[in-house]
Amino acid sequence: MSIDQATVRKIASLARIAISDAEAAAMEGELNGILGWVEQLGEVDVTGVEPMTAVIPNSLRLRDDVVDADPLTGGGRRDDVLANAPAAMHGFFGVPKVIE
Amino acid sequence: MTELTNLTVAQIRDGHRAGDFSAVEVAEAFNANVAGAKALNAFIVETPEHALAAAKAADADRAAGTLKPLSGVPIGMKDLFATNGVQTTAASHMLEGFVPRYESTVSAKLWDAGCGMLGKLNLDQFAMGSSNETSYFGNVISPWKRNDGGNAALAPGGSSGGSSSAIAARLCPAATGTDTGGSIRQPAAFVGISGIKPTYGRCSRWGIVAFASSLDQAGPMARDVKDCAIMLENMAGFDPKDATSLDMPVPNWEAALSSDLKGKTVGIPKEYRLEGIDPDIDAMWDAGIAMLKDAGAEVVEISLPHTKYALPAYYIIAPAEASSNLARYDGVRYGLRDLPQGAGLQDMYAATRADGFGPEVKRRIMIGTYVLSAGFYDAYYTQAQKVRTLIARDFEQAFASCDVILAPTAPSAAFGLGEKTADPLAMYLNDVFAVPASLAGLPAMSVPAALNREGLPLGLQIIGKAFDEQGVLNAGLAIEERAGFTARAEKWW
Repeated sequence: MSIDQATVRKIASLARIAISDAEAAAMEGELNGILGWVEQLGEVDVTGVEPMTAVIPNSLRLRDDVVDADPLTGGGRRDDVLANAPAAMHGFFGVPKVIE
Repeated sequence: MTELTNLTVAQIRDGHRAGDFSAVEVAEAFNANVAGAKALNAFIVETPEHALAAAKAADADRAAGTLKPLSGVPIGMKDLFATNGVQTTAASHMLEGFVPRYESTVSAKLWDAGCGMLGKLNLDQFAMGSSNETSYFGNVISPWKRNDGGNAALAPGGSSGGSSSAIAARLCPAATGTDTGGSIRQPAAFVGISGIKPTYGRCSRWGIVAFASSLDQAGPMARDVKDCAIMLENMAGFDPKDATSLDMPVPNWEAALSSDLKGKTVGIPKEYRLEGIDPDIDAMWDAGIAMLKDAGAEVVEISLPHTKYALPAYYIIAPAEASSNLARYDGVRYGLRDLPQGAGLQDMYAATRADGFGPEVKRRIMIGTYVLSAGFYDAYYTQAQKVRTLIARDFEQAFASCDVILAPTAPSAAFGLGEKTADPLAMYLNDVFAVPASLAGLPAMSVPAALNREGLPLGLQIIGKAFDEQGVLNAGLAIEERAGFTARAEKWW
């Protein structure tokens, strides 16, 4: 299946990436080229095959259910968390007005 | 005395320990090489003061008798690892100016082991690329030139192109790399150095800017196999902060190095014999087979029947995971914000991401978004994950009759900058031999094996069973000892 420019714009919107008409036109060709190529996967017989979930068998662990189980990723680090925010204010992340 | 910057990691470590030179002398020698190699554009940020501080500590530790495993060894850090207080960009505009308040697990381990940092190494943007031409901070140039008398700038490979270029040019004795679909092995092959991607989960991913989490794996790049073993020992280990970290002891890979392959069987995958491939590649491969036989190994042909589907499966799975991972760049919490006049939240997201991501990153996010979108998820993503299971099964079955697999690392030598940028697919095909082992999570390394007729390095790849880095390193050592690869790029920068 191939995609048209309207689909390209829809994908861009889902991905939250602004694109111009010229970019959408260029991407239409590029994405169709890549998607056309990956479609060869359809010819593989995957009857009874489970999709891969973990390449190396591993079991998920639970960390101890305590506050600040890991001091590096625990709480109490507000200033560190906000240090790289483009618009931190009053100890919060700043965003443009979202309600009228 | 040999020039300090020509020493390997092991030679620096041992020479410093023996008192042949001070760590400060070593750091100053490498700092000078880094400062004099701007033309290669291998570093995004240089940190001579970090290298020097670690060197002073190493010299003090030597005097006090408290030497650490890598005291006195300065290294390069791929700019995908978060470094506390030092800008970490993933070679993107999105993270330009981002200064982490924390240290990645792998880099922290190396500093704890006594290493100093010469700087943050350039790479393909968000590690997406095979030639280091997608960096927001400009192309990295390989120190190598073709022997045709021309002056074409060559690609150092990617995504760890800053790492490969810097090591080949003697700007650092070793560096960190990350490998999602060949990003350690292919650049190592392009510049005539060694690099190993360990089993998925050996090295913690915590603090590494995420690309495709089920594939991303850190590993060392260095000039020889022994240095890779030494570095990997100091990078690997269980980390509770990474849910996929392997809870296993780190073996003493360096101590167990042995190039005696008696009793070992090497598999040669027939599907890797590509029609129309550069004859120099096939000749190198045949020479590698002879070297491993000479080391005592038995050689058998094996079959990995789903090989041709590895690359297309990868280019669904990796972009799908990337589209999810890169959703975090929203202009709110860190990184770039582009807020057009009067824009609301959604417009800010879209403007920020349009401005902050390069074309290849956008392309992959778009592909990933599409294959995960309603109606297409099963046809693309689930199908690719099933094919991935089959690829892993191919390896499992092959390893019933062999211990390691030998193949070329890449289908060609280094290409010129700009030669493959027009066609994304042509660029993707460069990772055809590297991607299958990534999809199966297996340890794999590249070692330099020969020069082609243009005078450029070619690498051989060894793929091992899960957790058998030792088998991979040992076969790599057997090739290294027999290939006698000593060629290096003539200094022009």
